[in-house]
Amino acid sequence: MKRALILFSHLAVVWLLLSGHYDATLLTYGALSCAGVVALVWHLGILDMEALPTHLGLRPFLYLPWLFKEIVLSNLSVARVILSPSLPIEPRILRVSASQRTQVGQVMYANSITLTPGTITLDVRDGQLLVHALTKDSAEGLLSGEMDRRVAHLEARGAQREERAGLLGGHGA
Amino acid sequence: MEALREVLTWLLLVSGVGFCLIGGIGMLRMPDFYTRSHAASLTDTLGATLVVAGLAVHSGLNLISVKLVFVLVFLYLTSPTAAHALVKAAYSKGLHAPDVEDATKPRAGGAG
Repeated sequence: MKRALILFSHLAVVWLLLSGHYDATLLTYGALSCAGVVALVWHLGILDMEALPTHLGLRPFLYLPWLFKEIVLSNLSVARVILSPSLPIEPRILRVSASQRTQVGQVMYANSITLTPGTITLDVRDGQLLVHALTKDSAEGLLSGEMDRRVAHLEARGAQREERAGLLGGHGA
Repeated sequence: MEALREVLTWLLLVSGVGFCLIGGIGMLRMPDFYTRSHAASLTDTLGATLVVAGLAVHSGLNLISVKLVFVLVFLYLTSPTAAHALVKAAYSKGLHAPDVEDATKPRAGGAG
């Protein structure tokens, strides 16, 4: 129930920001459509921590500035590689471990890797990622494990237990 | 103030277009599929961010710039997903790729 209310309020904020019309009729339609979406999600039983990762709290907002800094730096380094006449690439595929305990955490880590130019996630399996790296530098950045640590830090304690319970409740039949 | 905003807008737009252009050049110069996808991610990330930021500065702080931020959020979620779907499909269908180097931590276990 709490999750349903959180989802409704988020949908309402998004609707208000996207609409820009605030007369009674349209606000009613907006509230009805938000309620409709919540009802549908509820009915489908996908209102779990994968759909609405409330357990992360506000920590992602501390992670995002660091991620953006990494994206800018790796953009510059890949741009330099592309523009240098000798094209100094050393493509390689690395298998690295993802120390996040939940699936949501591993997805965030894999997504962050792909978002950073120079590294791209090929596969996720059993807590291990297969990553294609463009240069030696980008591979070393990955192997330093800082991103892994930071994403793992986003997860709350007991998140894994909650996820299992959530998934069972969500998809159990 | 207005002039400053114009200057900032054009600075952001031109540098964003610059990154998109470098991404395009990279697409042409890179030798194979996987390395080309690295070049494409330049356009997806900083290129798109700078262009959208330029447009947001141009429109000022209103609902339009909020919508532009939404666009950016969607791009940051969808473009890695699309890139991952492409390379995963290529890799699992056996497109020629470098050998896998195992760099997992010992704690995680599991041979490669």
